[in-house]
Amino acid sequence: MRDSLILRTATRLLMPLLLLFSFFELLRGHNEPGGGFVGGLLAAGSLCLYLLAHGPEATRRVLRIDPRTLIGSGLLAALGAGLAPLFLGRPFLTGLWAKQPVPGIGKVSTVLLFDVGVYLVVAGTTLLMVLTLSDRGDGEEEP
Amino acid sequence: MTDFPVIAVLAPFAATVAAPFAARRFGRHTGWLLALVPAAIFVWTWTFLPLDPFSVHTVAIPWASSMGLEFAFLLDGLSVAFVLLITGIGALVVIYAGGYLGADPRLGRFYVFLLAFMGAMLGVVLADNLITLFVFWELTSLCSYLLIGFDHERAEARASALKALLVTGLGGLLLLAGFLLMIIAGEQLGLSPELAGKISGLATVDLQGHPFYHGILILVILGCITKSAQVPFHFWLPAAMAGPTPVSAYLHSATMVKAGVYLLARLSPQLGGTPEWAWSLGLIGLVTMLTGALATLGQRDMKRVLAYSTLAVLGTLVMLLGVGTEYAVKTAVVYLVAHAMYKAALFMVAGNVDHETGTRELHRLGGLRRLMPWTAAAGILAALSKAGAPPMFGFIGKELLYKTKLDIEVLGAWAIMASVVANVALVASALMVSVWPFLGRRNETPKKPHEAPLSMLFGAVILAFMGLGRGLMPHPFETRLGSAAASAILGRPVEMHLKLWHGVDPAALTVLGLSLATLALGWGLYAMIRARVAPLGPALRSAFTCGPSRLYELLLRGLYAGADRITRLIQSGRLRSYVLVTLVFAVLVAAPPLLRALGAEPVAAHEGWRVHEVVVGLLVLLAALAATLVRSRLATLMLLGVVGTGMGLLFVLFSAPDLALTQVMIEVLTVVILAMVLYRLPAVVRRSGLATRLRDVAVALGVGGMMALFVVVASRVTRDPAVSEFFLANSVPAAQGRNVVNVILVDFRAMDTLGEITVLAAAGLGVMALLRLGAGRAGREDGS
Repeated sequence: MRDSLILRTATRLLMPLLLLFSFFELLRGHNEPGGGFVGGLLAAGSLCLYLLAHGPEATRRVLRIDPRTLIGSGLLAALGAGLAPLFLGRPFLTGLWAKQPVPGIGKVSTVLLFDVGVYLVVAGTTLLMVLTLSDRGDGEEEP
Repeated sequence: MTDFPVIAVLAPFAATVAAPFAARRFGRHTGWLLALVPAAIFVWTWTFLPLDPFSVHTVAIPWASSMGLEFAFLLDGLSVAFVLLITGIGALVVIYAGGYLGADPRLGRFYVFLLAFMGAMLGVVLADNLITLFVFWELTSLCSYLLIGFDHERAEARASALKALLVTGLGGLLLLAGFLLMIIAGEQLGLSPELAGKISGLATVDLQGHPFYHGILILVILGCITKSAQVPFHFWLPAAMAGPTPVSAYLHSATMVKAGVYLLARLSPQLGGTPEWAWSLGLIGLVTMLTGALATLGQRDMKRVLAYSTLAVLGTLVMLLGVGTEYAVKTAVVYLVAHAMYKAALFMVAGNVDHETGTRELHRLGGLRRLMPWTAAAGILAALSKAGAPPMFGFIGKELLYKTKLDIEVLGAWAIMASVVANVALVASALMVSVWPFLGRRNETPKKPHEAPLSMLFGAVILAFMGLGRGLMPHPFETRLGSAAASAILGRPVEMHLKLWHGVDPAALTVLGLSLATLALGWGLYAMIRARVAPLGPALRSAFTCGPSRLYELLLRGLYAGADRITRLIQSGRLRSYVLVTLVFAVLVAAPPLLRALGAEPVAAHEGWRVHEVVVGLLVLLAALAATLVRSRLATLMLLGVVGTGMGLLFVLFSAPDLALTQVMIEVLTVVILAMVLYRLPAVVRRSGLATRLRDVAVALGVGGMMALFVVVASRVTRDPAVSEFFLANSVPAAQGRNVVNVILVDFRAMDTLGEITVLAAAGLGVMALLRLGAGRAGREDGS
């Protein structure tokens, strides 16, 4: 299952592309099809591809961050986006928008931060499940 | 002054954030730093004194305005008195805990619980809105659970914590019901929803005359007496001594158990003054007072002696509030303050003895006065106040108590006799925790005792000497605070006059005689206990501890057994039966209304099929059919993937790109995840019998048919166009996004999304925990 040269080579090229595409989906989501949810799934999907090609250990190394940290920071980001307007006396989760667009990203807002939160939680949760499942598989395979 | 309640309640919660970091940085000295928070609130509250006997300040912050809900707070004599107790004793306990837990790595966690409790308790005593009060009330139960079970590796601590939580939690639910009835009754009596939800608002109507009054009374009383550990719910309090001593000193003597007393006092103007109120509270209080006082005599553990004597005092307070005369209320105020101070001091003293000698068992202690002079001094002074010896503050309390009993009609002679008996026992117990460990011959103890560190002496000494000071000079207390507190309970302005010496009129002499006789009898009783003459000990212990406690254990065991049986019935552990039950149930519930909806008009045939639509549809159908026929799991999975992707394609064809994108990604990941699972399953598939398979076919057809019906019916429902028009019209101007689907997700309905991702995160962690647990088990089985 893992010794496919074709898969490995393709993954090396595809994974960064998919990951980049997931960011793209995340950023453009507000105006075009896309968004944090799909973006997160795409990101998780790209790493799944890597997992299939190289196994869980290598995937964790490439990922560097524990998926649980992704989940936690995602929740914090979404919550932060909700709390920010409170400081300006606006209701919880009111969208705040920066006046000037940032080059390469577009208009920055707490709504985008919220979507980033969704992205991280979705990606983190999916990766957590997949990685835990594959770990378990290895554990049973070795003896 | 208007900002005070909000800041006072929030400050301890804010401090919980800093507590772990402070504990890591400052170790055993953390207490001195963290105590600044309650100390600051204490000083701020102090600046409000002397309080006008009938001044009430209220402040309200909107919460859910559409339901008339507010975070409403009020500040009057009663709440100020409690705030001073909570923050004053709180500051001392925070300091004490630093010394008590010392280098314990869990010190930070302890402070988080303790400070959160403090905030919750402040919320309880400052709340004006009933729902606000209830939220904080429940928080105190929760914090108490965490604190009692702080040594969570000990089974006893866990069981005690659960006991406290279940008993007070049950009371909390009843209390909520009582509060809701009060709010409804208030609205029926013509109050606005905002006012009906407030204690201050309900004071203006005649709740006693409302038909709900008896229901309200029963529910509120049950809520209060579970919290304040009255018979027959008293058994959780002695068990709560399993918590660390700072917890006992703070929660289970000075503050939390007083929450029930507080609420009874707070609601006295609204609910009190009727015979039902007086008799029920009078009797409950009386029985608790006697139970607690007599049960102390059978105890030989310092903390348990104090716990049972706390019961006796709580009973006395409840009885006094039940009696509800002006005199009784003033007595309750004095007694409450006096008790909080000496009991906290005594618990700290008991903690010091335990900490330094390694035991709290009285018969192993003795003669500690030389080795622990300050602890001994504090202990003896506080015990004198507890015993009601002149010139302590406790003496004034006891004098008032006897005088009240002489005046009242409810219970009359019984009350005075019971009070004398109870107080004799309390004097004996006061001697047990002061004379026994500190005077007399020195005993060998498990550890060689030294004087406790400053942090552990500070609180006990201050509180003990304050008891002396208040006793000698009661005047500042009564004018600055006592009158205002009593006025708040009575609902009309009154003045309080406290004296050590009442002169020589007959009534005063009777009271003085009773006081002195109590002291003498108590001393005699103590001497008997020491000489082991009294046939008390074990008999008393079992007589006053078994009944309700046994019942609680039976109920708990029954609950566990019942839960066990139900779990075994519905959790067979076979995925197939879960799926079967869920699906059959769904079909049974959903099919009838769907069929009815369909029956209304015939299905219109879809016009204008395009070739590629038909092709994709057929592909999906074929794949689905094949999935049921192939004999390899992996092949089934691939075919299901085809079904899902085909659906995605259909979404594209019918212009739902967002859905399609998500559908395809979900399909891919599902296949990957399932493949990982299936790959590990044994290859051999055990085929079911024909009957089972036929049943499965029937269920599958039923579910498929139901879903098809659902889609047909759903497409015919005419939705309210206003909703979609609102989203379409406001997406760009209000939310600056052209993708309406996404704008709904992250802006219009962001609250839902926030909830969903939280659930998703929890589910992910749950999956991980389950898999790791399974892996761990498998590993252990392999190893053995």
